[in-house]
Amino acid sequence: MSPRTAAWLYPAATIVVILVAWELAARAGYFPRYILPSPSGIAARFAQMHALIFKESLFTLQETLLGFGLSVLIGIPLGMLLVSSHTFNRAVYPLLVASQVVPKIAIAPLFLVWFGFGMVSNVLITFLMAFFPIVIAAVVGLQATEIEKLYVARAAGASNFQLFWLVRLPNALPSIFGGMKVSITLAVVGALVGEFVAAEHGVGRLILSASGNMDTELLFAGIFALVVIGVVLFLVMEGLEKLALPWHISQRPFKELT
Amino acid sequence: MEIADVSKEYMTGDGPLRALDKASLQVRDGEFVSIVGPSGCGKSTLMLITAGLVAPSSGSVRVGGAQVRAPYGDVGIVFQDATLYEWRRVLENVLLPVDIKKLPREKFRQRALELLELVGLQGFERKYPFELSGGMRQRVALCRALVHDPSLLLMDEPFGALDALSREQMNLELQSIWQGHRKTVLFITHSITEAVFLSDRVVVMSPRPARIGAILDINLPRPRSFDFAETPEFGRYAREIRGMFESWGVLRSGQKR
Repeated sequence: MSPRTAAWLYPAATIVVILVAWELAARAGYFPRYILPSPSGIAARFAQMHALIFKESLFTLQETLLGFGLSVLIGIPLGMLLVSSHTFNRAVYPLLVASQVVPKIAIAPLFLVWFGFGMVSNVLITFLMAFFPIVIAAVVGLQATEIEKLYVARAAGASNFQLFWLVRLPNALPSIFGGMKVSITLAVVGALVGEFVAAEHGVGRLILSASGNMDTELLFAGIFALVVIGVVLFLVMEGLEKLALPWHISQRPFKELT
Repeated sequence: MEIADVSKEYMTGDGPLRALDKASLQVRDGEFVSIVGPSGCGKSTLMLITAGLVAPSSGSVRVGGAQVRAPYGDVGIVFQDATLYEWRRVLENVLLPVDIKKLPREKFRQRALELLELVGLQGFERKYPFELSGGMRQRVALCRALVHDPSLLLMDEPFGALDALSREQMNLELQSIWQGHRKTVLFITHSITEAVFLSDRVVVMSPRPARIGAILDINLPRPRSFDFAETPEFGRYAREIRGMFESWGVLRSGQKR
């Protein structure tokens, strides 16, 4: 078996085994349907409600992407500032780290008071959840430039801007992409937190109301939609990374030691 | 190029550390000068000062009549580690100084390709650094240092990380490139053989105090081969330098301790 085939065959087999066991357990009749619906029942409910699920998924996806986009737009420049100004670093970095200890779910109701129901609050909560890994990744990546690489450029007359643009930033990209991959999965969680606290739309809303109605099949269908969103976004990030960093060690085939 | 009374002190936890003490050296245009000395004798510091990358604590460096106060761009630099940019392909790495100086890439492309061919890397232009061996990477670094035709070439133990055979090969290639281009070269090395083999003059540095101990003229015909390194004339220079290191306690003979 080729390693490529094995890469999807093994997890697929695991999933099939779990689904079969689950289906059998659900059909055995020990649990009521609202406690443990069968996979086939969930699939049927998903098919039945697919239009609504799709609509709510788009809403959640929109929040996720806006929150993530904001994280990138603010996180990377913030990382640059932290690296380039010692004063700014000393003044802000400890607070930034401390701010991450505040449970973000507790902030959500506050945002609600400040920004009201709707998109703005949810996007900001998503941002709050997702931007920190990007900042850290940018700081680590930008600081990791070897001095000799900078010397070579400086000796040829490079300006500070050129040092940044031609050396530091490309050197930091692998790290920044690592941060963005963590961030995109957190962004989905952030969007969901916002929807749980207050929203009229989104998969989070759908899940809450399904829970209230004891419609456990729809609840599972919503969770499934979230999984799809998360996986698709992660794969898109990996694809972008491959395009941007064809030279990086992470893009080379994994070498097994014998 | 003229280095006059250059000293450098670094502040450390235990007070100032004198990394270089009153170094003076004049290098003629087109001359190949090696600096040989033990680790920590300040030879790398001297090179960085020459490029304007590090400011001396006192003394001055003049290149082409002008005093060096900042990086001036008319140098090519090669370090022990090739320091290629992993995200640039070979040709783009060579063209780095061209990009920095905002010179037309089209015009310098041809020169970059010629340099790569000169070091036997034709056909590798589109490779990434990770696809090259250590010797090949160092060749790319050499091309990068030469592409903008600088008047001064600075090399800090450029072949120190290569295996012995690659190193001899690179010495031969550097010699022929130098004979073709006649750049002024400041070449820093640990290797006495390498220094004598390549140079018009060898600057021998002593440790603690880190200063220039002696300057030797190497009056040997070129091109030199490694067979030539076995001859008595060559050996005499190498022994003389080794003798200085012994007298400073850098080298000790195995028998008496």
